[in-house]
Amino acid sequence: MSADGEPLVELTGITKTYAGIHALSDVGLTIRPGEAVSLAGENGSGKSTLIKVLSGVEQPDRGTIRIDGETHPHMSPRQAAAAGIMVIFQDFSLFPNLSVAENIAVSAELASGARVYNAARAHGTARRALARVGAELDLQARVETLSVAHKQLVAICRALAADARLIIMDEPTTALTEREVRTLLGIIRRLKADGVAVLFVSHKLAEVLEVCEHVVVLRNGRKVADGPAAEFDAASLSRHMTGRDIAQTSPAPLDEAAPLLLEVEGLTKQGAFEDVSFSLRAGEVLGVSGLLGSGRTSLAKALFGLVRPEAGLIRLRGQVIPAGDPIAAAASGIGYVPEDRLTEGLFLTQSILHNVAIGRTEAHTRLGVLAGHSAWAEAMDWLRRLSVKVPDPQAPVRSLSGGNQQRVVLARWLARTPSLLVLNGPSVGVDVGSKAEIHGIIADLAARGLGVIVISDDLPELLATCHRILVMVDGRVVDDIAAAAISEAELAHRLAS
Amino acid sequence: MTRWREALGRNETLVALVILAFVVAATLSDPRFFSIPTMMDLARASIVLGILAVGVMVVLVSGGIDVSFTAIAAFAMYCTTLLLVTYMPDLPWYGAFAVSMAIGATLGAINGILIAGFGLPTLIVTLGTLAIFRGFLLTFVGSRLISNIPSEMRDFSRMMIVRGTNADGSFYSLPWAFAFLVGVVIVTWVILYKTMLGRAIFAIGGSVESARRVGIAVRRTQFFVYVYVGALAGLAGIIHASMARVANPFDLVGLELSVIAAVVLGGARLIGGYGTLTGTLLGVALIVLVRNSLVVLGIPATWQMVVIGVLILIGTGLPAWQAKRAASRAA
Repeated sequence: MSADGEPLVELTGITKTYAGIHALSDVGLTIRPGEAVSLAGENGSGKSTLIKVLSGVEQPDRGTIRIDGETHPHMSPRQAAAAGIMVIFQDFSLFPNLSVAENIAVSAELASGARVYNAARAHGTARRALARVGAELDLQARVETLSVAHKQLVAICRALAADARLIIMDEPTTALTEREVRTLLGIIRRLKADGVAVLFVSHKLAEVLEVCEHVVVLRNGRKVADGPAAEFDAASLSRHMTGRDIAQTSPAPLDEAAPLLLEVEGLTKQGAFEDVSFSLRAGEVLGVSGLLGSGRTSLAKALFGLVRPEAGLIRLRGQVIPAGDPIAAAASGIGYVPEDRLTEGLFLTQSILHNVAIGRTEAHTRLGVLAGHSAWAEAMDWLRRLSVKVPDPQAPVRSLSGGNQQRVVLARWLARTPSLLVLNGPSVGVDVGSKAEIHGIIADLAARGLGVIVISDDLPELLATCHRILVMVDGRVVDDIAAAAISEAELAHRLAS
Repeated sequence: MTRWREALGRNETLVALVILAFVVAATLSDPRFFSIPTMMDLARASIVLGILAVGVMVVLVSGGIDVSFTAIAAFAMYCTTLLLVTYMPDLPWYGAFAVSMAIGATLGAINGILIAGFGLPTLIVTLGTLAIFRGFLLTFVGSRLISNIPSEMRDFSRMMIVRGTNADGSFYSLPWAFAFLVGVVIVTWVILYKTMLGRAIFAIGGSVESARRVGIAVRRTQFFVYVYVGALAGLAGIIHASMARVANPFDLVGLELSVIAAVVLGGARLIGGYGTLTGTLLGVALIVLVRNSLVVLGIPATWQMVVIGVLILIGTGLPAWQAKRAASRAA
């Protein structure tokens, strides 16, 4: 279906090396007007380098870039933008303090070379762009007040207002809930009908397959698969991306005699969640799912004392945990891995080792002085046990990939030997291979008698790791289901109800 | 309903309410407070502070901070006066103003080169230039005060928009210098809201990285901001000397925190991207009221600092606290 029409962009034999390492070797890519293409690959597969080449940020060492049949030997970012190639980065590149209208119109205004700012003109530009995607937003609203999905919409409209012909979307679905992904796909369909091509760059692609004509998979800088989307499914995609088979696992059955670990009774926080009660046995993995705004994140935080509930009790092994006190929660054996590990979980500029050891400084302190050696040794031991690939334990933690960063956060908690771990979005922004390994770690922890609570809207993840799943809608637990007894489609349906 | 709550949560509204309360309290304790002469005194006292505050607001909006502007103002004011007294005593007042603004813009350009050109942190750069400009002025230019300022400057300060005599025989007047504050506000408003340059200033204050990616000339914009602040400081300096009828090189420096306080009270955020002229002017009005009129309420002058400090904590802390509560409720 993509064979008709002249290609909009044609890359052939693109090779790019950094310090002798092939980031891309001999990669070709063809995108036609109105076509949606998936570019899949794990972190480090060369996806980002390819985006940089396409948008003119990096010059390839070899290979040709042809746009509308015209060869660009040295394409600059400006030339790429003039040709209508727009990148929507994961952070959207928006201005939180400016209005929706201005954020949409800014590129077009700058391109027009106007010196005078005309608010009416900007509003007109914004309105037309929004009309093209069939969406409505308050043009005067400040972007900081918008949801992630709406921010993404603003970023898409900005590209459209600047006459985008190819929109490159970097990890567009990571921060969206299932329902928002559906809306995004609807918008993509409209764009395609409008003749705009879209390149999805992601490692979580199953959900965008349905709007794509074409899938290209990169691994270690090489193109390993290229074909019509209909020939791919989630399993074959991850096989191409990782180069191995990743079996869809389900958790080992729970020991019938496992003792009760956690009891939550009537937990209530106004405007977040209401009358939440559940229990968890040692060795059990409990999933908590719900759409964004269903209260799942607040509930997770409340379990660790980051949100103070107004009513209700949390009992761990029969002991009441003081509400709203993370230090007491941690001391009594609860660990919490936040959703946004970059801002809430890690000290990005500090060393990997320090990031693990920080949770155990008290235990290694003698007379107020930190006994460095034992702390570092213990941290190293945990990094090894979680098989974190660290070239240099003194390197800043931000130099690690998403999957390894998540393992560093896990290692920090495991070093404290908790009895209950609350994992909020354990595999957000983690590639397919690492994700399976993190799921393996969860299963392993449960087998050793830890209670684990997984908060996620990644349904396959919940089904693969959890014994039971709580479904939250509007702050209430509406379902408590055995994971083995429900299909993904059925679960998705209950979430949206 | 939500609009109302939004309006109440804004710094502008809060500051306006405090000003109102202050005026009511002062009038109750001394009915003569609410009169044309007092208002004109206050307006006169806001001229220099106001021009400086508008400049500082522009810097804060761009995501930077400038503490060197008082040193620039003193430097430009003293050098201009010295230049006039020594070489061209007959230069008309607008000539003197142009010279002072040019000197200010040049010093601002030094900040601009260090910040926009070398990408150095704004607070550190301007702390450094604050000391350098001031030290250079006192060491190499002069530390003696010039009391025989050129007649043109003195004449300027005698030009009045209105003047009159009250029933009790006291004089009141509003000098033309006030028109400069009005002019600065209008010009800045046009730049900030009606030009792409102004929108770029807001944009880089919101997110420098995004600004770079959409193709805004970040460095050129930053450079303009520091030159503009410098020029405004030069203007404020020469107006200060004209109205005081003396050029004292020790004047103005030390005022920077009061000015920044006024701007922050008016709702500009230190993280950049936010600030309004209305808020800034209200902030200035409040600081001027506190500095000049606290005595009317029977509060000793030494309490000014405490009152200003408390106002900053409440005026900026309350909206921040409300925003935090709203955010935690939404989470």
